[in-house]
Amino acid sequence: MRVWGKLAGPSLIGNFGEPFLYLLVLGYGLGQFVGEVQGMSYMAFLASGVICTSAVNSASFEGMYSAYTRMDVQQTWLGMLSTPVNVAEVVFGEVLWAATKSLISVSAILIVATALGLIADAWALFILPIAFITGLCFASLALLVTSRAKSYDFFLYYTTLVITPMVLLSGVFFPIDSLPSIVQVLAKSLPLYHAISLVRPLMTGGEVTQIVLHLSVLIVFGLIAGLLASQRIQKRLIK
Amino acid sequence: MTVVNSEEFIVQTKQLYKAYNGLPVVNRLNLNIETGCFCGILGPNGAGKTTTLRMLIGHCPIDAGELSILGLSMPENASLIRENVGVVPQMDNLDPDFTVQENLYVYGRFFGLSKAVLKQRIVELLEFASLEDKAACKISELSGGMRRRLTLARALINKPKLLILDEPTTGLDPQARQAIWQKLRELKKQGLTLILTTHYMEEAERLCDRVMVMDHGSIMADAPPKQLIRDEIETHVLEVHATDTVLIEQLKKDSSIKRFEQSGDISFFYGDKLKHALDILEQGTHDDYLYRPANLEDVFIKLTGRDLRE
Repeated sequence: MRVWGKLAGPSLIGNFGEPFLYLLVLGYGLGQFVGEVQGMSYMAFLASGVICTSAVNSASFEGMYSAYTRMDVQQTWLGMLSTPVNVAEVVFGEVLWAATKSLISVSAILIVATALGLIADAWALFILPIAFITGLCFASLALLVTSRAKSYDFFLYYTTLVITPMVLLSGVFFPIDSLPSIVQVLAKSLPLYHAISLVRPLMTGGEVTQIVLHLSVLIVFGLIAGLLASQRIQKRLIK
Repeated sequence: MTVVNSEEFIVQTKQLYKAYNGLPVVNRLNLNIETGCFCGILGPNGAGKTTTLRMLIGHCPIDAGELSILGLSMPENASLIRENVGVVPQMDNLDPDFTVQENLYVYGRFFGLSKAVLKQRIVELLEFASLEDKAACKISELSGGMRRRLTLARALINKPKLLILDEPTTGLDPQARQAIWQKLRELKKQGLTLILTTHYMEEAERLCDRVMVMDHGSIMADAPPKQLIRDEIETHVLEVHATDTVLIEQLKKDSSIKRFEQSGDISFFYGDKLKHALDILEQGTHDDYLYRPANLEDVFIKLTGRDLRE
């Protein structure tokens, strides 16, 4: 697969700032009112949610704004398609690159979380592959959105109508048990909940359950979105 | 950069057809381009030039007909064909995040070329494009002409057998254009086959062995430029600018005038000698006229009409 070019990619000014702010401000501020959640400090509870959100945001941003820039504004993809590279390879390269960005931002947050004493043990290292898979999943979804986009404004629909509600309801800030059951079902049908379900116990030394289910949701969402995105982008560019 | 080719025709199309929304853009095109030829495609906007070029590299699905390049059929062998083709697109798509050198390197990697090969190749290409001093520059620091030369160099990274150029000098100043022309002639000498689209008649006339005039997806004429001028049009043109109908009627009486056209306030008389008309003008007071040999632009206008295309 021809993805080397991607890895040299644009400068790595990640958007780590926001997750840190959420973690520190909400963690300290809210944490004082909330106290313990599910037998852990609020900060520790929040940290795993913030990690997953960061993976989601990094990959989504890359798969939307940056990918759209390369597809439409800079025509980089058409340039690549003048070489033996084909559309599926371009899309796959973008997905891998966006997931790599997730991995980078999650690694940075993990290091800080370790310094803050929020990590229970070395099992937390398994968060990295989970972050990468979460990145793959959301990068594919983002590229699917990009394949339909006519301008940057279009991405607001996806972030406002899908990403933000999902982040609010998937157990990033509070356990979803307290939500009405229909909202719980909705949250559980989206991939972020499953990423958090894997990351939270890994981070706090808990027991990871239903690994296969959680991973499958992430992978199936990613695969279907990736295939559709590839198909749509093929139609869009090769016309 | 020697190119060896056993195939006689590098591009062959049979009844190649493409329509958008039911309107044919490339209309049953039969085309054979021989190896080593410098071939120019002229045509008004929307004539189907760019679509044809895009088909050649598999960027446009073929609705009907056959297309083969280097003896390989499209679209089944799109990747394999692109491995041996260089493309200079109409719109620059250099990566602004990379330097000149990195642009060449990354593009070369897409062809699966190794680091060592590319290192050598990039030195050669920077020299070819006269961009040695700019190797470490960002794309935004380059002038339009430099960008085009870099795009040309990039298209050569894989040592292509066929080079496709879509309006390579549009928007360049005369110096930059001449520089590109010189590079292209060099490539032609090395045995490369080149296909170029352009809106500049002069460009086609100076560079191409063979010029095709395309309109409405069909080829209206196809010959060496000199022959096109000889065969397709009268030898001389008399342009009379801003004049009254009385004078025009007088001039029209010249029996050697074969064709007359009016465009805005310019009257065009086509013919071989036009002696009588010239005599009238010389004796008269109206001095805003031009008598000249017919050129490729006259052929182009004759074949594609004077109407504006948008």
